[in-house]
Amino acid sequence: MDRRAPPAPSAPGLYVHVPFCLTKCPYCHFHSRSPFGREDVKRWLDALSLEAAFYRDLFPPFDTVYIGGGTPSALTASEMGRLAAAIRRNFAIEPFSEWTVEVNPGDAAPGLLAVYRDLGINRVNAGIQSFDDETLSFLGRRHDARQAAKAVEALRSAGFDNIGLDLLYGIPGQTVEEWLETLSAALRYEPEHLSCYELTVEPGTPFFVLREKGVLPPLPEDLSLRFFMETSGRLTDNGYLHYEVSNFARDASLRSRHNRKYWDHTPYLGLGPSAHSFLEGRRWWNGEDLDAWEKALREGRRPVGGEEVLTTGQRCLESLFLGLRTSEGISLDGFREEHGIDLLALQGGLVERSAAEGLLVVDGGALKPTVRGMAVADGLARLFSDSLSLRDGVSCPSGT
Amino acid sequence: MNQIRNFSIIAHIDHGKSTLADRMIQFTGLVEDRNFKDQILDNMDIERERGITIKSQAVSLPYRAADGQEYTLNLIDTPGHVDFSYEVSRSLASCEGVLLLVDAAQGVQAQTVANLYMAMEHDLEVIPVINKIDLPTADIERVMEQIDGELGIDPYKAIPCSAKAGIGIEPIFEAIVKKIPPPKGDDALPLSALIFDAKYDPFRGTIIHCRVFDGRVRAGDQIRFMYNGTVYRVEEVGKFLLSRSRTESLGAGEVGYIIAGVKTVSDVHVGDTITLDGRPCAKPLPGFREAKPVVFASIYPIASDDYEELSIALEKYKLNDAALVYQKDSSVALGQGFRCGFLGLLHLDIVQERLEREFNQSIVLSVPSVRYRFSLNTGEVLEIDNPSLYPDPAKIDKTEEPYIRATMMFPEKYLGTVMKLCLDKRGSNTRIHYPSPGRTELFVEMPLAEVIFDFYDRLKTLTQGYGSFDYEIIDYRVSDLVLLDILVNGEKVDALSQIVHRDRARERGVHACDRLKDEIPRQMFKIAIQGAIGGQIVSRSTISPFRKDVIAKCYGGDITRKRKLLEKQKKGKKRMKMVGNVSIPQSAFIAVLKSDTD
Repeated sequence: MDRRAPPAPSAPGLYVHVPFCLTKCPYCHFHSRSPFGREDVKRWLDALSLEAAFYRDLFPPFDTVYIGGGTPSALTASEMGRLAAAIRRNFAIEPFSEWTVEVNPGDAAPGLLAVYRDLGINRVNAGIQSFDDETLSFLGRRHDARQAAKAVEALRSAGFDNIGLDLLYGIPGQTVEEWLETLSAALRYEPEHLSCYELTVEPGTPFFVLREKGVLPPLPEDLSLRFFMETSGRLTDNGYLHYEVSNFARDASLRSRHNRKYWDHTPYLGLGPSAHSFLEGRRWWNGEDLDAWEKALREGRRPVGGEEVLTTGQRCLESLFLGLRTSEGISLDGFREEHGIDLLALQGGLVERSAAEGLLVVDGGALKPTVRGMAVADGLARLFSDSLSLRDGVSCPSGT
Repeated sequence: MNQIRNFSIIAHIDHGKSTLADRMIQFTGLVEDRNFKDQILDNMDIERERGITIKSQAVSLPYRAADGQEYTLNLIDTPGHVDFSYEVSRSLASCEGVLLLVDAAQGVQAQTVANLYMAMEHDLEVIPVINKIDLPTADIERVMEQIDGELGIDPYKAIPCSAKAGIGIEPIFEAIVKKIPPPKGDDALPLSALIFDAKYDPFRGTIIHCRVFDGRVRAGDQIRFMYNGTVYRVEEVGKFLLSRSRTESLGAGEVGYIIAGVKTVSDVHVGDTITLDGRPCAKPLPGFREAKPVVFASIYPIASDDYEELSIALEKYKLNDAALVYQKDSSVALGQGFRCGFLGLLHLDIVQERLEREFNQSIVLSVPSVRYRFSLNTGEVLEIDNPSLYPDPAKIDKTEEPYIRATMMFPEKYLGTVMKLCLDKRGSNTRIHYPSPGRTELFVEMPLAEVIFDFYDRLKTLTQGYGSFDYEIIDYRVSDLVLLDILVNGEKVDALSQIVHRDRARERGVHACDRLKDEIPRQMFKIAIQGAIGGQIVSRSTISPFRKDVIAKCYGGDITRKRKLLEKQKKGKKRMKMVGNVSIPQSAFIAVLKSDTD
């Protein structure tokens, strides 16, 4: 694959939501149907073409495509082929684009992976979650540690040179040491990208019901911080760049180009049930129900469930909390241009104080969080936006 | 005049005063049963909720007695709390007799005794009434012994009743007619009428409640308030038949109201004498005293922008509460506000609650203070109730604080713990009295400042609710006072500064630091809280900052959801006050004022 510098940063990203899973994981709140039949996939693919047609002329050429879900690897080779064809038929895709597919380790069959390569998919993100059998079974995954290892090997054998592994930590009962073993196991494959998430318990999931019953208590803050710092430390020691709260890349060119668009208000189009889109200050999202989404499209309607036009204040708040999640931070000039606010002149010397506490650095014309700063990115964003709302005139008001 | 009886009901709190008043009003048929609601004389929500009377009320009850004669019985309901004892005394001065209500289960309590003394000072005929005789825990024999032994009243004069069940009401009416003397006075003499209350009516201005001793007053008369000499023309006079009922005139011995175009209740002084401008009486009625605030605190709006609104609310509130005094005040930490004087802590509570409930104000209160006296080496003597005016310590020669004499009654088994409490509160000159077997009456002299902090709550707790309390201010005494400041991240929160006795300073500093630590939410930076006397730190606590505060995942679909969460958290901050760089919630200010036993 080509690793030349990406095209203009403003090129939009395309996301496709594959709403099917062989089994549901008890912590996952993403929309998907399980079980499902091939007929369901066919109806979804047909409707997806109809949906793409709505946006054909609305977006400039895309330079990233991200097929997520659900479980994209639950599609057969021919279904994935139809999907790729539909995308290419409806949209202009820049050369040297980043094409990512999420892969479940249980599905990483050499034949399927070879087809992915043929379709132009150049990046895979494997939902490994753990290299520990007990943890995997607690998480309700359909693969075990041996399959996880085999899957990564299969991806390499298939010729993928941009592999991302998703891992989860902070699982009840898991010690930091146990987690670091999983991390070491992952490092043996020298993945280009690692996403390490703390397990979050979302409403509407079986884990949430357990938490309500008091069975699955939240991670104590100190332990959560230890997981976070140890992860960052271990991966940085191994040469990885901690470029977002939960994301690590072997070098700057291997950062997920697609995900970065979410964090800097670059336009993106989401297709499929529950997908979100953003264009020119407007964000809209599809309804979550597959049948309702499909019915709307068959009847010639856009399957939009809701939308919002960001107020200047909301945009400002988003710039703050998204920017503070990334190692690139918030560009001072960019922020001043977009919102008319000089962050260095914040009331109460907040930037200086944050810097003195080791949460931030001002570097290269940007406000960059340290690792400890990333650990409190939400709090910092609140603090900064509170201070902006206090100022008269130049305000960063929340809400409309 | 022989057909008039003026009386009041006095009782310890919760002994059933309002219920008895209700039942007597019902008995006379003044209000139809179906229109009746409980605590009919307690108009304010807050009175009904707390079961206390805050404002005096009067009602004229028509009664045909067993002797066949028609009587007018004027019931003057009095406030039921020690904060309002002056108002009580003016109501009693308007009467010739009282019903002294004693709870059949709880027996004689501190306020029963205090009220009896007050009635005796006014030479009133006292009719003891034992209420709640239908309670399973009622012990009439024991209460009769107490009435005999502790009050020195012939227990066989006591009338047993249950106001709640309507038992024994008629005998009370008969006793009022037979035992309480009719008022004395002379219509022909110059007018002298005692003001015992004043209420604000948005349409008519101030409604003056008064008892005429001599003379007669009519619409059209020019009246004069003897305290400040102001003159008004009477628009209307009348009596209280639940609502106001206009009459031709009010004559000697009668109780009623005068409307005379007086704008606010603050223009009227309870206890003042009304006379005719053209034909004044020789001297005012005795006992007048200006209502003096004893507890002081500052009120600030939570949002500085709401200062004007608070100012208007206070002005409106004041229309109906002459006892509240206030003036502008400003705090470095909290911005513009008002320094207020209250009759006591209950009064403070009521003002705060009514401002929040009826006037929709979000306010923060500073730590209440009493009025201290500082003699400076320049010869100057300052009376200071606001810690922000604390004089330069180098210039202070002598510091004094007000003392009270507290009277407490409780079962004897609590004597040890109550004594310890009083000593903790710097009590002295303790005197113990055993009015009847198993009961203790304790007299202690204590600094008023100790009482306003948390004394009553703790007494109640220690005695499991059986302890009662009453007090009067006696004098100023020399005391070693210091100024305790509270600093948050090195910045003084002046609204939390307190003038305290040196021996108390550390303990109060620790209390404030602990409470603030509990109440101030963790923030992004470490928060250091300190108590300091001058430059010396006497207490400290630390609120550790957030160290992990970030959501793990944030991709396309999460952004709107997450932003809304942040917006919601920002809204929750509205009831916080920014001091320097720390957001302090309203609850933190309140918590510092509260005792540990709450």
